[in-house]
Amino acid sequence: MNMLFPLTYLGYLLATATYLLWFINQQRTARLAARWLLTAAGILHTLNLGARYFEAGHTPISNMHEAVSFFAWSMTWGFLIFRWRYRVKNFGTFVSVGISLLMTVAALASKEVTPLPPAMRSLWLPVHASIALMANAFLAMGFCGGVMYLLQEREIKSRRFGIFYERLPSLEALDNLNQHCLSAGFPLLTLGIITGSFWAKQAWGSYWQWDPKETWSLITWFIYAALLHFRFTMGWRRRRAAIMSMIGFAAALFTLWGVTYLLGGIHAYVG
Amino acid sequence: MSADSLLIVGVNHKVAPVEIREKLAHNAGCENPVVAIKTLPGCRECCFLGTCNRVEVICASAAPEATARLIRQHLFSGAGLSEAEIERYSYLHVGRQAVNHLFRVAASLDSMIVGEPQILGQLKKAYRAAAELKTVGPVLNKFINKSFSVAKRVRTETNIGGSAVSISYAAVQLAKKIFGSLNDKRVMLVGAGEMAELAAEHLIAQGIAGVVVANRTLERAITLAQRFNGTAVSLEGLSGELENVDILISSTGATGLVLMRDDVKPIMRQRMNRPLFLIDIAVPRDLDPKLNDLDNVYLYDIDNLKDVVEVNKSERQKEADSASRIVDEETAKFQLWLEGMGVTPTIVALRNKADTLRQAELEKTLSQLKELSPKQVKAIEVLAASLTNKMLHHPIVFLKAKGGPEEQAGRLDSIRQIYGLDPEDSDLDEEDQL
Repeated sequence: MNMLFPLTYLGYLLATATYLLWFINQQRTARLAARWLLTAAGILHTLNLGARYFEAGHTPISNMHEAVSFFAWSMTWGFLIFRWRYRVKNFGTFVSVGISLLMTVAALASKEVTPLPPAMRSLWLPVHASIALMANAFLAMGFCGGVMYLLQEREIKSRRFGIFYERLPSLEALDNLNQHCLSAGFPLLTLGIITGSFWAKQAWGSYWQWDPKETWSLITWFIYAALLHFRFTMGWRRRRAAIMSMIGFAAALFTLWGVTYLLGGIHAYVG
Repeated sequence: MSADSLLIVGVNHKVAPVEIREKLAHNAGCENPVVAIKTLPGCRECCFLGTCNRVEVICASAAPEATARLIRQHLFSGAGLSEAEIERYSYLHVGRQAVNHLFRVAASLDSMIVGEPQILGQLKKAYRAAAELKTVGPVLNKFINKSFSVAKRVRTETNIGGSAVSISYAAVQLAKKIFGSLNDKRVMLVGAGEMAELAAEHLIAQGIAGVVVANRTLERAITLAQRFNGTAVSLEGLSGELENVDILISSTGATGLVLMRDDVKPIMRQRMNRPLFLIDIAVPRDLDPKLNDLDNVYLYDIDNLKDVVEVNKSERQKEADSASRIVDEETAKFQLWLEGMGVTPTIVALRNKADTLRQAELEKTLSQLKELSPKQVKAIEVLAASLTNKMLHHPIVFLKAKGGPEEQAGRLDSIRQIYGLDPEDSDLDEEDQL
C-alpha cells in the first residue's frame, strides 16, 4: 500500500480549499497558491498512476477506484491545459470541487489491485478506457460551466445580485466555455464508443450487442449530438445549452456508475 | 433695471407630455429661436435651451408679463393650442423664482433623472450659441455663468451626480455580464431622453457596433441618430429592427406599454436565442414586465438599476436636499447682486465705496500728523471730500445718462467692473466663463 494516493487526495483537498478561499476573498495570492497546489497534486497523481501501473502490471483502469482516479486525473490535466490556452474567471473553483468529489469516491472504493480477467487483456483496454474517461473529464468541465452559467443567470434574471454576479464571468464567456468543453469532450466520447466497439468485436465477437453500458453511452452521445446540432441550427445556446450539458453529463455519469450498479451487463466488472 | 426683469418661460417633462413637447416649433431645430425672440417687444437679452425633455427661454425683459406672453405665443406657434392650454403646458418664473429655477436646472435637480450630468453641457452650448448671436448681455452673462458655477458647486459638494452616472454605469456593467464584449453588439434607443442618451454614450464609449433610434416622429429619430452616427426607424419599424439589436433602451413618454411579451417571443426564435437586454427607463413603463419571463431576455427598469447600484432612496434624497440648500443660498446671493444692478443702487454702492476709502485714508494720514491744528485738519478733510466727489461726478453722470436699456445695462456693468463693486465676481473661474 503506497502513500501516494492519500498524499494526492490530500493535495486535491488542499487545492480545493484554497480555491474556495480565493473564491470568497478574491486575493491574488490565494489564486496562485491554489493553482500551484492543484498542479502539485496533479503531478503526484501522475506518479501514483505510474506506480500503480508497475505494481499491477497493466493499465490501472480496471476497477472502480482506478477508473474514477483516472477520471479525476484527466479532469485535473484537462483543466490545467485548458486554462493555459483559455481562461475563465473562477472556473478552477468549480472544477477543483468536482475533482475532490471524484477523488473522494476513488478513496472510498476498494483500492485492491485485482488480476485482470482474460477478456480485458487487450491493447484496447488502455485505449478505450482512457479515451472514454477523458471524454468524461471534459464533459464534467462542461457540467461545471453549466452550473456556473445557471448561477450567474439566476442572479442577473432575478436582478438580485449575490455572491456570484461579481465573481463569475459573463454569460457569453460561460456559454463559450460550454462550447469549448463540448468540442473537446464530444469527439473523445465518439472515439470512446468507436474504440469500445472494436474491443467488443475482439473480445465478444460482435461490434455492438446492446449491453446496458453500450446503450447508455449511445444515449449520452445522442444528447450531446442533439445539443451540438441544435446549437447551430436552432440557436440552442446559453441557458438551454447549459441545462442540456448538465443532463448530458448526468447521462455520462449514469453510464459510468449507474449501469454498473443498477443494470449489470457484461461491462459490470469495470468501474 | 430691477430683479423683476429676469424671466424664464419653459416647458419640461413635468408639465407637458411628450406629445406637447414635440409640437414645440423649435424641436426640429433649424435656426436658433433667440434671434426671433430677441425682437419681441420688451425683450432685452435672451437665451434658448432646448433638449428632449425641456425647453427654456431665459430672458431679461423690461416688461416681463407682456414679454412672457409673447414668448409663449412664439414657442407654441403652429401647435394649434388655445391660450389656456399654452398656459397649462408651460411655466413662467419671474425674478427670484427664475433665478432659482435656472440654478436648479443647471444643477440637474429639475431633470427627469436627478443628477444626470448632460444638462449642464446642454446649457453651456445654448449659452455659447446665444453669445455668438449676441442676444445675451451683461445680465444674462452674469446670470447664466453664475448657474454654471452653482452647478459646479452642487456637483463638488454633494453626491448628486453619483446615482445617475452609476445607473448608466450599472447598465453598461450588466450588458458586459450578459454579452461579454460589446464590440459587435448593437443598441436601439426607443424614444429619447437625457438618461437614454447618457446610457447610449456610455455604451458607445465601450465600443458598441451600432446605434438604431426609433421614435414616434421620424425627424427626431433622424436628428438623434446622426448624433450617434446610427440609423433611424419609426416606432412602427421597432419590432422589425428588434431582430438585429442586442440592447434596447426605452424612454418614450407613452402612457401605455410599447413592447409586449408576445411581440418579442417570436423574435427570440428568429434571433436564434441570442440574448436581448432590455432597459426601461421610462416613467410610466414602456416594456411589458412579463418580458423578463422569456428565455435569454433580461429586463431591467430604472428602479432595478437603482437597486443594482445600491444607492438607497433616503441617501439620494439627502443629496438632493443638500443640493437644494446650495441652490437656495446661491439664489439669495445672486438676488443681492441683481438688486444692485439698478442705477440708484449702483450709485449708492459707488458712493459708499468712495466714502469708505476716503475715511480710511484720512484716518491713516491724520494719525501720522498729530501736530495739525483743527483748522488744518478740516482743510484736509474738505480736500479729500471734494476729490472723491469730483472723481465720482463723471461716472455718476455716465450712469444716469439717457439711452436704451441695453446701453444702460452695459454702462452699469462697466462701472461695476471698473470700481470692483461685485466682490463675488472672483468665484467665476475660466471654465465657467466659457
